Order: sequence, then C-alpha cells, then structure tokens
Amino acid sequence: MTVTAPPPTRSRTGGPDLTRAALAGRRRFTNHLATAAIWAAVLLAVIPLALVTYTVISKGGGVMSLSFLTEDIPNSYRRQGGGMAPAIVGTLLITGAAALMAIPLGVFGAVYLNEYGKQKPLARLIRLMADVMTGVPSIVMGLFVYISWVLLVGEQTGFAGALALACLMLPVVIRSSEEMLRLVPDELRQASMALGARKWKTILTVVLPAAISGITSGSLLAVARAAGETAPIIIVTGIVFSPNWNLFEGSNTALPAQIFRNASTSFPAAQDRAWGAALTLIVIVLGFTVIARFISSRFAIKER
Amino acid sequence: MANDTDLTTRPSIAVHATGVTAAGVETSPAPVMQLRDVSVYYGSYEAVRGTTMPIQQNQVTAMIGPSGCGKSTVLRALNRMNDPIPGARVSGEVSFHGQDLYARDVDPIQVRRRIGMVFQKPNPFPKSIYDNVAYGLRINGIKGRLDDHVEEALTQAALWDEVKDKLRKSALALSGGQQQRLCIARTIAVKPEVILMDEPCSALDPIATAKIEDLMFELTNDYTIVIVTHNMQQAARVSHYTAFFTAEVDEKQVRHGRLVEYSQTGKLFTNPADKRTEDYITGRFG
Repeated sequence: MTVTAPPPTRSRTGGPDLTRAALAGRRRFTNHLATAAIWAAVLLAVIPLALVTYTVISKGGGVMSLSFLTEDIPNSYRRQGGGMAPAIVGTLLITGAAALMAIPLGVFGAVYLNEYGKQKPLARLIRLMADVMTGVPSIVMGLFVYISWVLLVGEQTGFAGALALACLMLPVVIRSSEEMLRLVPDELRQASMALGARKWKTILTVVLPAAISGITSGSLLAVARAAGETAPIIIVTGIVFSPNWNLFEGSNTALPAQIFRNASTSFPAAQDRAWGAALTLIVIVLGFTVIARFISSRFAIKER
Repeated sequence: MANDTDLTTRPSIAVHATGVTAAGVETSPAPVMQLRDVSVYYGSYEAVRGTTMPIQQNQVTAMIGPSGCGKSTVLRALNRMNDPIPGARVSGEVSFHGQDLYARDVDPIQVRRRIGMVFQKPNPFPKSIYDNVAYGLRINGIKGRLDDHVEEALTQAALWDEVKDKLRKSALALSGGQQQRLCIARTIAVKPEVILMDEPCSALDPIATAKIEDLMFELTNDYTIVIVTHNMQQAARVSHYTAFFTAEVDEKQVRHGRLVEYSQTGKLFTNPADKRTEDYITGRFG
C-alpha cells in the first residue's frame, strides 16, 4: 500500500500547516467513513433493544397495577383481570434457590480450577465438561431433572425447577469466575505467600476480594439467564394458580412459564396478562442486577 | 510473636545455632543463614550450580551479576518461594540458625514468616494502606494494638509522615516509590529476621531509590538484608558483603548460574580475586 502523503504545505506564518485541511482528501474520507460506520453499528445494536423495551412497557404497562402483582392467576384464561402473584413468588423462590446452590458451588469450582487444579488432568476434564454443559439445551436439563428428581420424589415441585436452573447456571458461573480469578495478578499471591499466609488464606483474603466484582457480574448473567428459562420450569414444576411459598411441596409456577401459557392463547385478557408478566420479569431481573452491583461495590476494592 | 527459630509445625523443638561456623570466605560471628553446595533445578534443568556462601547477621548482602545468572533464583530459594513452581527443586543445604530449611518437617509458612521478601515490582494489595500493613499481622493471628504495629512499621519504612493522614485510602493511589516502601513496611510489620529484596529499586526513579537505600541502612539495626541488584553502584553503596554470580556454559552446552566470588564489598570491588569478577565490575564483561 502506498502512503499518499501530500507535499508539506506551509501555513501563512511559515511553520508547518497543522490544520485538518493539510491532510490528504482520501485520509479524511476514510476517517469520516469509519466514524459513520461505528455510529451506524451502535444504532443498529440499540434499535432492537429499544424496541423490545418500548413494546413490553407499552403493552404490559396497561395491565400493571398493585392488584396485578398481588392477585391469583384466574383459572380460566378467558376471564378478565386477575394477577401474576403466584408466578412472581415462584420466580423469586426458584431463581433464588437456584442461585444459592449454583453460585457458591460454581465459585468454589472456579477456585479449584484456577488455584489448585491448573493444568492437571482432572481440572482439564472439569473445564471440558463445563464447556459441554454450557451448550446443553435447557429443555434437556429439564428432562434430566424430571427423570432423576421429579420421578424420584413423585411430584413436581419448585425445588425441582431450582435444581434444573442451578444445573444451567453452574457451568456459566464456573467459567466466568475462573476467568476473573485468572485476571488477579500473580504478584499479589506471591506477596501474600511471602508474608507467611497459607494458600486458603491468600485465596480468601486477597484473590477472591480482588476478583469479586467480576465474579458478581458473571454470576448475575447466569441468574438473569436462568430467571428467563421456560422449558425446564414447565416440565418439572407444573402449574399453580395461587401462590405456593413451599419449594419442596406441591407444584409451582414462574413468570416465563406464565408468559408462554398466556401468550399462546387467543384470549385478549390472557395476552394482556402475558405482557404484564413480561414487564414484571424484566423489572425483577433489573432488580437482581442493581442489588448485585450494590453488593459487589461494597466488597470491591476502591481504586482511589 | 514467638521469636524462637523453630520452623516446624510442632512448636516444641527449638534448635539453636550453636557451633555453626561460617564456611564462607570471611571469619565472623555465626552467620544467620548458610548455603552449602546449593543447586536449584527447574525440572531436569540445573539453573544454579553449587552455591556456598553465608548470610551475615544485621548486614546487607548483595547478589550481583548479569541477567540469567541465577541470583534471583538463589534468593527465592532462601525462603522457599520457588516451592509452588512445578518441578522446582533444591539440592544442598540452606540453613537458617543451623536448621535446614528444606528438611522434611519444616513448614514453608514458618520459614516465610521469619524470612520476608520484597519484590521487584511494587505489589501492594488492592486494599487500604492500613490494611496492607496490617495484613501480615492479621493472618498471623496478632490481635489488639494493630494500630501501634502499623504505625511502627510505617515509621520504620520511612513512610509514616507521608501517609498518616490517608491510612484508609487505597494503596494503589501511592507513587511507585511509596508503594515499594509500603511493601517494605508490610514485610517488616511481621518482624522477620531476614528480608530478601529482589531488585527492589529497578522500577523506581533515582530519588525513590535513594530513599530505599537509606532505609536499608537503617533497617540493618534490626534486620538482615539480602538484596539482588543489577546495579553495581547500588551494591557498592548499600552492601557489606557481595556475591558475584555469572552464567557459564558447561561441556553439554547448557547454561548454569554459578557463584564466582563472595567477599566483603569493599574488597570485591577494589581487589577482586577472580578475573571474571574484575571483568564484570570494570565493564569488560562478555
């Protein structure tokens, strides 16, 4: 490629011309083109995001009210009114229980992989299995929990849903946490070691705090994904029309499952409830995000 | 804090250094540490071969030599910092008050509590200045009067006046030279006997370097210092004893680090016994 540099032009004062006009036309054109392309890409990325948000808010906002959040789901799809309280309770309980199981286990797994296992055969195997598990479709995980848990205890429960979601979250938490632990500089581990700290103490007091905000973000992504899972919930938790606060007994339901059931009917009242449930789900996930950010900022190391 | 030199996990058997004679060149009181025919291996590769030298108490011992001569490797062997490196192995004897640091029942944690280390790149923890200094005290289970210990360590490291108003601020906001002095404060807070310094000034400007060199001189009242440096002037300025290492190619064309000469710094720089030392310090090396 030849560089098209113009002959150096002189400004009025006699020094080199530093204005933009001194650049070759082609270079200026390339610069503008690249800027325009980047802006176009940003717009293209934002459009679907904005459209989704707008549609959900405009359609779901209509049915949103206190009674929608607190009333039972009508037994008949045809009926007007009613609410989504059972699904909200179910989503919070099931996702919460799944996070309680998957996040500690996943972080411990990541600590093993990055601090102890490293390149040992067992660690490589776990890494491979986690990658494979990430790719397992959620409906397969639902069926797995159905045959290995629901058939065992003999009924569909919220806990079965939590198990399925935890299985889906686990590989994501392991791999994202491991990446974050890997970013912690080795100098910090050495410094701690040179002060006479045992390995577990170093991990607990230096390595994990240095990686906590990244681990939180990764775990959160997993939680948000799990909160929106539909297929395993429908398979393993069944359905209820009034809130069931007991995860271990009786069927339960969750917002994504209710969106699916209500939206696939032809009754306007049910479709409205589906939009309302969609809006509620988005707000709940947003709430999770805000809480986790707050917690991690409390733990996180301040730069200044 | 226990001041006995028992390094095993069982605290009852304290072995005291009596009758250990310096096998080094100089005749002086019993050295705090003694290396006898120490070789360090990475897997099957022998990185440093046959090092024998003493580390004298309350003195600064400098290790100098060209890159790749194994001086940092030897330094890290003195407090078992090579342990976590897969395949790293030490032969010969590294003794501390007459006790072999690589004996089977020696706990490396106990070794590192008594033989601290300051690294080439300042590596404060991403915590507050206070927590950095208090870290070693906390992990070693020292409770109560932490404030006093922290102030004492920072004062000894000549950093107290600069940071006393911002102890709760992040250590990462300090300048490079301050960070390195903080790392020294963090090390001396746990009151080790020996401080190993691995090129502690190579990332610092001349003013910060001068401060750390002054500090080293002060610290010899209470501590024994071993410093690895690329800078011969620095070795000449700060050390009482100097060990000159070089890299040699053996009959199988494999490079090994070797200790060429160990003696009092003044003698090594003005009247070296070995031709290789003379070539290196006069700049005719290689």
